[in-house]
Formats: sequence, structure tokens, C-alpha cells
Amino acid sequence: MKNKVVVPDEKQISRRITKNKLAQGIFFLATLFGMVVLATLIIRIFSQGIGYLNIDFLTNYASRRPEDAGIKAALLGTIWVMSITIPVSLILGVGTSIYLEEYAPKNKFTRFIELNLANLAGVPSVVFGLLGLTVFVRLLGMGRSILAGGLTMSLLILPVIVVASKEAIRSIPQEQYEAAYAMGATKWQIIRTVVLPAATPGILTGAILSLSRGVGETASLLMIGAMTFIAYTPTSILDSFTILPIQIFSWASRPQAEFQAVAAAGSIVLLIILILMNSLAIVIRNKYSKRY
Amino acid sequence: MKSTIRDRIQQNQSKQSYQNKIETIMPMLFLLMASLSILVTAGIIFTLFRETIYFFSQVPFIDFITGTEWYPFFANNPSYGILPLLSGTFTIAAIAMAVAVPFGLAAAIYLSEYASDRRRKVLKPILEVLAGVPTVVYGLFALTFVTPLLQTFMPSLPIFNALSPGIVVGIMIIPQVASLSQEAMNAVPQSMRDGALALGATRLEVALKIVIPGSLSGIISSLVLGLSRAIGETMIVATAAGSTPNLGFTPTESIQTMTAYIVQVSLGDATFGSTIYYSIYAVGMTLFLFTLIMNLFANHISRKYREVY
Repeated sequence: MKNKVVVPDEKQISRRITKNKLAQGIFFLATLFGMVVLATLIIRIFSQGIGYLNIDFLTNYASRRPEDAGIKAALLGTIWVMSITIPVSLILGVGTSIYLEEYAPKNKFTRFIELNLANLAGVPSVVFGLLGLTVFVRLLGMGRSILAGGLTMSLLILPVIVVASKEAIRSIPQEQYEAAYAMGATKWQIIRTVVLPAATPGILTGAILSLSRGVGETASLLMIGAMTFIAYTPTSILDSFTILPIQIFSWASRPQAEFQAVAAAGSIVLLIILILMNSLAIVIRNKYSKRY
Repeated sequence: MKSTIRDRIQQNQSKQSYQNKIETIMPMLFLLMASLSILVTAGIIFTLFRETIYFFSQVPFIDFITGTEWYPFFANNPSYGILPLLSGTFTIAAIAMAVAVPFGLAAAIYLSEYASDRRRKVLKPILEVLAGVPTVVYGLFALTFVTPLLQTFMPSLPIFNALSPGIVVGIMIIPQVASLSQEAMNAVPQSMRDGALALGATRLEVALKIVIPGSLSGIISSLVLGLSRAIGETMIVATAAGSTPNLGFTPTESIQTMTAYIVQVSLGDATFGSTIYYSIYAVGMTLFLFTLIMNLFANHISRKYREVY
């Protein structure tokens, strides 16, 4: 067998290097593309809606005239729905993740629950809306109420909360468990006094991020029949309601440009709420995150 | 009163039996909560099935899956052929993937192979903000910004079309494709990259010949999940794609997707018990089956074909 000596081909090498440089530039530009769109979207929505954004916009009910239209009912509706979604989804989500992380044996049933949660996370929200419409609104007779809407939204964000809480629980180091066991603590005592306190910042961060997804969620509650024209403040969880994203949608789908600008003003408020929620999550994470 | 030793022992015992009770009750309580998620899936399947079966007692199944016309609102002789809604859905999904695949994958390669740690820590969260923008806001953006923008290049483009919401749906799923693919690429061990680099490969060659083949299962699964989200996306298409169920794949026409039809009916207050009311369950069932198969498929390939290092 003859040994073949490969002589480096200068031209070929420089061509490969150029190709690499070129590709790096293209990949970088592609990464920037998303950010450029994001910036465009924010600038566009703000410049479109800023003219309608004032105190009256926050304190007026919806109106047939764009200059009188406001989001009072929608904002209150969102708060009412969230006041049901937050406790229900938190209790169910944290309970599920405690079971999966602390108690569940490694068997087929556990794997089935996990696969099922992964699939639920991918179910389109309109389908959750159909479930809510059939089960909560009709079967359980809740009607098109805040209660039905809040429960539907709880189920919708449940998989996301479970994923976040599981991660928070999993990040607690094994030594903490062992120390507690060594002192004679029982399983539930460990969960109550070690796991939950240590995982709370992580769970809270994840929960706030999931809830911010719920705040922007539209399709499922549209199916529940959240009305779009409401001129009163809800007084109980059985009242009918509208929420901010649905109000925005109803304005956006009107043909007049003025109403689309009002929709943009609503979007600004929605985006600000989301930015505040996300900032809160980041603050909690930075303030309480422990490094083991 | 002075407590005797016997009292104390008794107290201790009752405390222990109370504790034992809690120790057995708590796991059951948590199991119950965890099982609820199965109940949710069961509930979805049950409600969809029940109403869909009722729908098929009024509209023949064959007409539904082979019919080329979807005119449920015709007073006499309505037709319920799902194909126009399917073609509308897949037109949107195809346009969305045409945007999300190149940009998402390029961003994933950049973040995983080229970007410095510091730059990645800045870029990735910003990219993920894109995924947090509510879909109604995207819908408004598609209708009042992207469509007029496209119209300056294509003056004949109608206000409601598939192109503009398709592009915006694609932009919405870029972060998902990018971050899931990047995670898959991160799982390829550094030693393999170092080996190739030491042999004189450029970073591009490492990315294309080592990292992508090594993380292909994760990449494909991220694309399938993205596709499933594009199919289930509702508000963007309901706002900007119009409501004309057309059979065909012309992106410059107004179309209707399965999700948009469901929204249209629920807005229009279809009388409870009418065929139109039941039709949203049949359409919802079709949608659910498509996304379920894709999610299971994505889960399967990412598990089964994962390269283990």
C-alpha cells in the first residue's frame, strides 16, 4: 500500500474559511430577524394605539364610538378569571408535580401520566375551549360564566405549571433529603418543610410565566362564549364576562381603522401587563434563587 | 394537672397514629391530582366523540371526509365537506413552516455553534419574548401591518389572505423551533466538536457534518411540534385570513382553517343542537387527531432515535 501525502491546498482552505464566515453572518442575521420583527411589532402597536391610550380608556366600558371605548369590563373580567385560575391551577399543578417527583413509582402508569401531560401541552386551545363549553358550560350547568372560563383556563395552563414545578422540585439537591431523613423526618414532613420552601421561588417563577400565557389566551375563552359587549362590573363568579384579549379581538375584527387603533391601545395595555408579570418572575428568580 | 408517664405515652401514640394517617393520605391526594390530567384527556376525547357521533348521524361520514365543499350556512342544502378547511389549514401551516424552519434552524445553529456565552445569554431570552406575545396581538399585527406591507409588493392581494397570517404564524413559532433544536444540539458532546475542529474542520463543517446529524432526532421533533402548533393556531388566522373555505393551496386568496371555522361558529351563536353546532365538534375532532398524532410522533422520534452519548 502506498502512502499518499495530502498536500494542503491553500485555495481550498481559504474557500472553506470564507464559506464558514459567510454562513456565520447568515446565521447571525437569521437570529436577528426575529428580534427585528419583535421591535417592529412593538413600535407599530404603540404608534397605532397610543392616541387612544388615556385614563378614560381604562375606566370606560366598551362603546360603539371608538373615542369613548374603554377596557374597564375587560380588565376586570381578566382579573376575575385569573382569581379562579390562579388557585386552581397552582394547587393542581404543584400537587401533580409533587406526586410525579416525590411519590410516583417508576412504572407504566407514571410514564402514562407524563406522556399524557406532554400531549395535553400540545392540544390546541380551541379544543380546550370545546371541552369547557361541553363540560363546564353545558354539562355542569355553569353557563357562560367566569367560573366556567376560569376552570377552562386552569386546565389549559396546567401542563405548563406542572413542567415548571417539576423542574423546581428536581433542582433540590439530594443531600437536603438525606439530612432530613437522617433526622427522622417522614416523607410528608420533608415535602412540607424542605421541598416546598426550597422549591417555592422556582414554582412561583414558572407559575407567573404560565399565568402570563393565560392572560393572553383568547381562543379557548372565546369558545366558552365570553361576551364581547359588557357594560357592567361582574359581582360574582357566575356572571358573564369578557376578557382583555377577546375585547381586543372584537375591535380588531371590525372594518374601521379607528377600532383597529383602539385594539392596538388594548394591546399596549395587555403587553404592559405581560411585561410586568415577566419582570416580577425575573425578580423572584434572581432574588431567591439559591445555588447549591 | 400533672401528666403521668402513661399519659405522655398515650399522647405520643395518638400523635403518631395521626402522623401515620397523614403519611398515607397525602400520597393518595397527590395521586388524585395527578390523575386529573388523565381525566382531562379522557374528557376531551369523550366530549369530542359524543358530539361527533351525533354529527355523523346527520351528515354521512363519507361526505364529511371526501366532500369538496364547506357551506354549512346555506339554509337549504348545506354541505359539510372538510377538505376545504383542511387545505386552508395546511396552506397556513406550509407558509408558516417555510418561515419557521430556515429562521428557526439558523438561529439554533448560531446560538449553539457560533455565539459566545455572553451573546447567547442576551439573544435567547429576547427571542423567547417573541413566543410570549399574545396571539391576538399577532393577529392585529398581521391584519394592519403585514398585509398592507405585502400589498405594496402585490397590489392585487386581498385584505384577507393566507400569506400574511401564515408568515406571522411562522414568526410566532421561530422561538419554539430555535430553542428546542438548540437544546438538541447542545446535547451533542463537546469532545466530538473538538475532535472535528482539531482535524481542521471549520465551524460550519462541524455544524453540518457532526452536530446536525448527531441531533437530528431532536431537530425533527422540534419541527413536528412547531407544525402541530401552526395547525392549532387560532387567533392569528381568525383575525387575518378571512372566512372563505376554498379548496386549493393558493396563498394569495382568503381561506378558512379548521380553528377559524370553530371560532366563527362560536361567535355567531349557532343554536344549541343544530347541525352547525355539532359540526364544530367534528372539525375539533379532526384537529385534535392531527395534533395528537404529531405530538405522539414528535415524542416518539425524540425518544427512540436519540443518539446516546
